[in-house]
Amino acid sequence: MKRLLYELSESWKIAAAQMRSNLTRSTLTALGVIIGIIAVTLMGTAVNGISIGFDKSMAVLGDDVLYVTQWPWKPVDDWWNYRDRKKIKTEYAETLNRMIAAIPSSNLVVAVPTSNLMRSIKYGGNQVNNVFVLGTTSDFIITSTIDCTAGRFFNDLESRGGANVVVIGYDVADALFPSENPIDKSVLINGQLFKVIGVNTRQGTFLGLFSWDSMVAMPLGAFNKYFSAKSESDVRVKVKDKTRLADAKDELTGLMRRVRGLPPEKKDDFSINEQQAFKSTLDPVKNSIAIAGLFITGLSLFVGAIGIMNITFVSVKERTKEIGTRKALGARRRTILLQFLIESTALCLLGGFIGLVLAFLMCFLISKAAPSFPIHFSVGLVMASVIVSAMTGLVSGFAPAWSASRLDPVAALRYE
Amino acid sequence: METRNSIRPPGPVVIDIENITKDYVMGEEVVRALRGVSLQIRRNEYLAIMGPSGSGKSTLMNMLGCLDTPTSGRYEFNGKNVAEMDDDELAAVRNREIGFVFQTFNLLPRSTSLRNVELPLIYAGINPDRREERAAQVLADVGLGDRIHHKPNELSGGQRQRVAIARALVNGPSIVLADEPTGNLDSKTGEEIMELFENLYQHGNTIILVTHERDIAAHARRTVHLRDGLIEMDHVGFIPELDLPVAR
Repeated sequence: MKRLLYELSESWKIAAAQMRSNLTRSTLTALGVIIGIIAVTLMGTAVNGISIGFDKSMAVLGDDVLYVTQWPWKPVDDWWNYRDRKKIKTEYAETLNRMIAAIPSSNLVVAVPTSNLMRSIKYGGNQVNNVFVLGTTSDFIITSTIDCTAGRFFNDLESRGGANVVVIGYDVADALFPSENPIDKSVLINGQLFKVIGVNTRQGTFLGLFSWDSMVAMPLGAFNKYFSAKSESDVRVKVKDKTRLADAKDELTGLMRRVRGLPPEKKDDFSINEQQAFKSTLDPVKNSIAIAGLFITGLSLFVGAIGIMNITFVSVKERTKEIGTRKALGARRRTILLQFLIESTALCLLGGFIGLVLAFLMCFLISKAAPSFPIHFSVGLVMASVIVSAMTGLVSGFAPAWSASRLDPVAALRYE
Repeated sequence: METRNSIRPPGPVVIDIENITKDYVMGEEVVRALRGVSLQIRRNEYLAIMGPSGSGKSTLMNMLGCLDTPTSGRYEFNGKNVAEMDDDELAAVRNREIGFVFQTFNLLPRSTSLRNVELPLIYAGINPDRREERAAQVLADVGLGDRIHHKPNELSGGQRQRVAIARALVNGPSIVLADEPTGNLDSKTGEEIMELFENLYQHGNTIILVTHERDIAAHARRTVHLRDGLIEMDHVGFIPELDLPVAR
């Protein structure tokens, strides 16, 4: 055991000396690994970023909220069966709330109606097009993780009265009020003035998925007054215990059938969705991006590994006589094997570290230049890169190291 | 040099070879490098193995040095059967029992004298402090106490060979096996190296010289002549009439 330790420390020293004395060669070989690690690491940060972006967008939906909609949140083949369904009306929410209140053991908390459509929004000379305008009640904040950086969400009184007040998303606020405080200013939507009472915390956008940043929320009463014509509505219902989501779904299905007055023989003419359903359609997409991306960038690391293998073979060939001498002095096969494995691993680790540092700098620059680009550097990724580069060294160094350890000492000593 | 005639009393048998052969397969042909060699070497002998090229001299040296195993025959080293050892067991014997001195010195070019001499101690699992102490001591013994931090390219040929000799001695081996130790040195330096061997012999070391130079072989107390894979002559001392120049 002790001897192994001495041999290892000796091998590290030799490896360092080798790298120093063959500086150009080592640098060029390490370059392959550096590029490979940069590619893999950057891909990793992108995959990480995508994953986090997905999760963020998912969080908007909430994992304890059920959505009553006309269309299901998954691809359907028989679209004609859904097209003719009756629209979901915002009034259902009131009916549902009355029913929920009447069932003491209900697993549902509250039903919140939402209507939405796209509109332009103006303030002074600034205008933002295609803003997601949402009409809802003050209960909305119960179903959604929504925070205000400034101001507040509208209250029950404003909600019931249908006051002309809005809460605006971060990006909307940024575009309309580049240098002013938006609170208590009046914005123009569809020719109507609305007073800004709150600004949402920045959430970040991702691949065009829905984000609160480009949204405007107002009381449903006001929304219906001015925009009801082409809007779409759904009802979201908060669940008490999210571990019993399936039960809650069944309960809500029963309530909705009563709302719709469906006789038992008829099928549901509405859909109840949850975040999970959306996730299960998006997860395969996310995973195939990750696999394809890592595979392709992995190829560049593979090329780097071949470079390492090649240089280790050259090193073994050049130092055949040294190997013979070491064997004559009592080096065992294991000793020689370890020595060359450590040399290739040290080279890969060096390349890995340099690659990691460069990748980190690149990530930093990218996130400065394009903040919305989905990259995320994590400790796990750093560990993975180090492990991957060490493994690359071990795997690519193994064949040459093995051949060195098997050299016949007599032949090796005679080698010129 | 009056010491040359003083033969020290030999000790117990270190190397006991009986009827060993070694065949090499070269394509279709089988080359019989050794064709039945028997030899006993005792502790504190000073032996020269001579013979022209192709005589099996190198093959015998590889056998004695446990770098290779015989095709047939018995080889006992300090009573242990070497002929049936595997690679790692042979490595252990080479490490502890045999000190090699090569014609081309075979030092690690980028390591200092000290680190070169330490190498066998590393393979023996000696701890770093004792390693350095021992290596420095042996280097001082061969007259290089002031050169321990020099690298081979900062040393003369004779000094390099002294480092190699120190490396051979550092583990306290049973035999020192020197293959043409003066082959790459001028005659004056060669003579100095031979004096060092003489000194080692006088201090109780067992030395086996492999050479085709009579002047070098003349330092030994016993001479073994090989020809065509067989021992042609094995006699005590150096007899000029018998030890004619060969392969020149």
